[in-house]
Amino acid sequence: MSMNSIRDTFFEECEELLEALVEGLSAMEENAEDMDVVNAVFRAVHSIKGGAGAFALDRLVSFAHTFETVMDKVRSHQIKVDEDLMHLFHRSGDQLADLVEAARDDREPNAESEQAILKELEAYLGDTDEEEEFTFEAMSLDLDAAPIDIDMDGDEREADDAGAESAVKSFEISFKPTAALYANGHEPLLLFDALAELGVLKVTANLSRLPDFDAFDPNDAVIDWRLTLETAEDETVLHEVFEFVDSLCELEISVDETFSSEEAIPPAISGGATTDAKVAAPAVADTPVATSPTPKAAKSESAPPTKQAAQKDEPRGPRPTLRVDLERVDRLINTVGELIINQAMISQRIEELELPAVAHLTNELEAYKLLARDIQEGVMAIRAQPVKPLFQRMSRIVREASEATGKKAKLVTVGDSTEVDKTVIERLADPLTHMVRNAVDHGLETSDKRQEAGKDPIGSIRLSASHRSGSVFIEIADDGAGLNRPRILEKAIEKGLIGAEAELSEQEIDNLLFLPGFSTASEVSNLSGRGVGMDVVKNAVAALGGRVSIASSPGAGTTFTIVLPLTLAVMDGFVISIADQTMVIPIASIIETIRPNKKDLHHIGTTGEVISVRGAYVPIVDVARNLGLSGGAKEISSGVLLLVTTEAQGLTALRVGAIHDQRQVVIKSLESNYGAIPGVSAATILGDGKIALILDPDELVKLNPAAPYMMPASAPRMELRHA
Amino acid sequence: MLDVVEAPTETQFEFITFSSGDQSFCLEITQIREIRRWTPVTKLPHTPADVLGVMNLRGAVIPIFDLASRFSLGVTADNERNVVIVAASGGTTIGLLVESVSEILSVPKSAIQETPDIKSEAARQAILGVISVGESMVRVVNLDAVLDNDMGGAV
Repeated sequence: MSMNSIRDTFFEECEELLEALVEGLSAMEENAEDMDVVNAVFRAVHSIKGGAGAFALDRLVSFAHTFETVMDKVRSHQIKVDEDLMHLFHRSGDQLADLVEAARDDREPNAESEQAILKELEAYLGDTDEEEEFTFEAMSLDLDAAPIDIDMDGDEREADDAGAESAVKSFEISFKPTAALYANGHEPLLLFDALAELGVLKVTANLSRLPDFDAFDPNDAVIDWRLTLETAEDETVLHEVFEFVDSLCELEISVDETFSSEEAIPPAISGGATTDAKVAAPAVADTPVATSPTPKAAKSESAPPTKQAAQKDEPRGPRPTLRVDLERVDRLINTVGELIINQAMISQRIEELELPAVAHLTNELEAYKLLARDIQEGVMAIRAQPVKPLFQRMSRIVREASEATGKKAKLVTVGDSTEVDKTVIERLADPLTHMVRNAVDHGLETSDKRQEAGKDPIGSIRLSASHRSGSVFIEIADDGAGLNRPRILEKAIEKGLIGAEAELSEQEIDNLLFLPGFSTASEVSNLSGRGVGMDVVKNAVAALGGRVSIASSPGAGTTFTIVLPLTLAVMDGFVISIADQTMVIPIASIIETIRPNKKDLHHIGTTGEVISVRGAYVPIVDVARNLGLSGGAKEISSGVLLLVTTEAQGLTALRVGAIHDQRQVVIKSLESNYGAIPGVSAATILGDGKIALILDPDELVKLNPAAPYMMPASAPRMELRHA
Repeated sequence: MLDVVEAPTETQFEFITFSSGDQSFCLEITQIREIRRWTPVTKLPHTPADVLGVMNLRGAVIPIFDLASRFSLGVTADNERNVVIVAASGGTTIGLLVESVSEILSVPKSAIQETPDIKSEAARQAILGVISVGESMVRVVNLDAVLDNDMGGAV
């Protein structure tokens, strides 16, 4: 494994750890007393720090360290988590993510925010030192009964404070690495360098165990070192240097009593202020036990906490996963798609044979079909991923947006275990970010206004995901003031998007938001006004085969709903006949099917036709005619109507010849070899090997039967402009 | 492909000749993937008359063009006697419906003459050159021009 691939692995792990961190922080928000959660957060930060140390990412290490130290104080109940601290933790988490990203991309992170957060974090450390003067005695009472488990590295700050006045001590360190230390990629020289930074270091190598040349095993560790370090630092700091090689070497650290021994003692006696370092490890510098040169003493005091942490890890450990090249999965998906087609073909061929009552064969065929379906679902599940990480990222967006706008907002997520195709998740990140930002910036009111309106001063952004009838629904809802329709209308007229005397329904006004070059904020804020409008969101969603819709009620908020297909490779459809052709229409788009009664059909003008559905008149679109196919006319009363909702004209009834079947079809692109065809989204291959076109109801209704070559893409916008 | 530098010994080019609309055409053999019997295709809505529809070629969806109709030579009957030439250019695969495939023609580059100066600009674009074979003339089809949908059968 090259260094680079190790590095890549580290950053991949970082991503997972950051996810765990965000998850833990939001869990802490609910219950900061849950030590399992606090530990999980601590571990995540700690692991990032550990990994970063190995790649000498100093800034990352030092930030993580400070973060971790504060976290550790929470863990040991020295700091109470309040709202401010929680907020700081969130920001620290964000900053940590930034630093990781900066380190990965090899660029400079934002030093300003880093320093600001560091300062705030350090403020907490300073505070506790003072508090401890009051609490120390009480804590020491139950020390024997319940020794408090504190990681050694958490104590550097206090050690610094305590050691500041103490004089230089001399430590004798005996360091005997095992072969495993080298095998794990550690390098003693780096450790020595780190020690040398603490003070004056003398290194003596012990070569006595070096064997004859003939017996020399290059993989064995035969050299050990004696080091003398003169430093004002506490012994715990020294242990920290060896933190990551702890179990891979024999380590002895002792204070040289002959070296200014009188001065080494005062900090130990100085009482309250000298903190938990001694509480946790009474057997170190200030007791004779540690000064005696037994190696066991130093080891045993650091071992228990490690073990305990490891035990806690187990029940919470991640489920085993496998990293697979995405291309392999996609190849598999394609092949399975072919398998499904092949299975359908075989079934159809056997049916055509019209064999006499071959029940066995039918059963086997049915089993084959189920198996093929199972394999397909399994394969698709590989690509499916929960939306959780995507939603988690949004909590940061809400935080940043609320900070930038001065509005208070919280993010509520629902259904984050809903699984969606990986591509969808990837391509949804940008639109979702934009919409969440918008929701805070434009959707929510300021705290004052909210209070005036009798609402919770903290606005809420609700992000939910769910599976409904073969589609994925993602909703972004705010509880703000709702869309300001008069303002939208005014803006649209001002920008020349619609004519001044245009009469639009509420729905049409809402949809103006999706026009290119539209922005409702009177002043362009630095948050939302980035020249990216909702039209970009709409296009991104449309590219995934989905649609966006808006629902808004004044005073109660606005909800954006994104409806996406479950997978991008397969969909459920009705097999229908149109004129003399077989086509497929996505089930997801169909609300209901109607076999019309003559008395429900009404004509408007010469060509207009409507059907009354439970009292409402719904326009009828003849699919065959819109596609320019002959034979549509004779189906007027014999056909079946499919009720769909379209963006262009709301509820619409599509007239088709007949519905034959409902089945899963494999989506084949038409565009790769031919190009886009209006009203048709893709094609599929049916059981008889023939190709059936998959209709796109939204585009279909926009087609004007009188102008067969019109491209439909910009049709509704044109209408609005000329209105 | 046709404008390679002349080698000292003249390179032979191989063409498959076929007839469409009672005229003789050919395509360079390297562009042809396979030749198959006509099977009914799925029609596409809102397409020019020369786009017959799409066909399933082992899981891929390929469009089928009627070459005769493309060149305004009438309509090729879609019966089983006619054949579909599957050809590829760049990343695109298409099928061409023709009346029949005749032979493989092997000629040096010098045998390919420039398209005579005819009036129709579109026809000149669609034909790269002509080859004289005995009494008859074989037209070299420019596949890229057929692929280009914008031409819309305006030849």
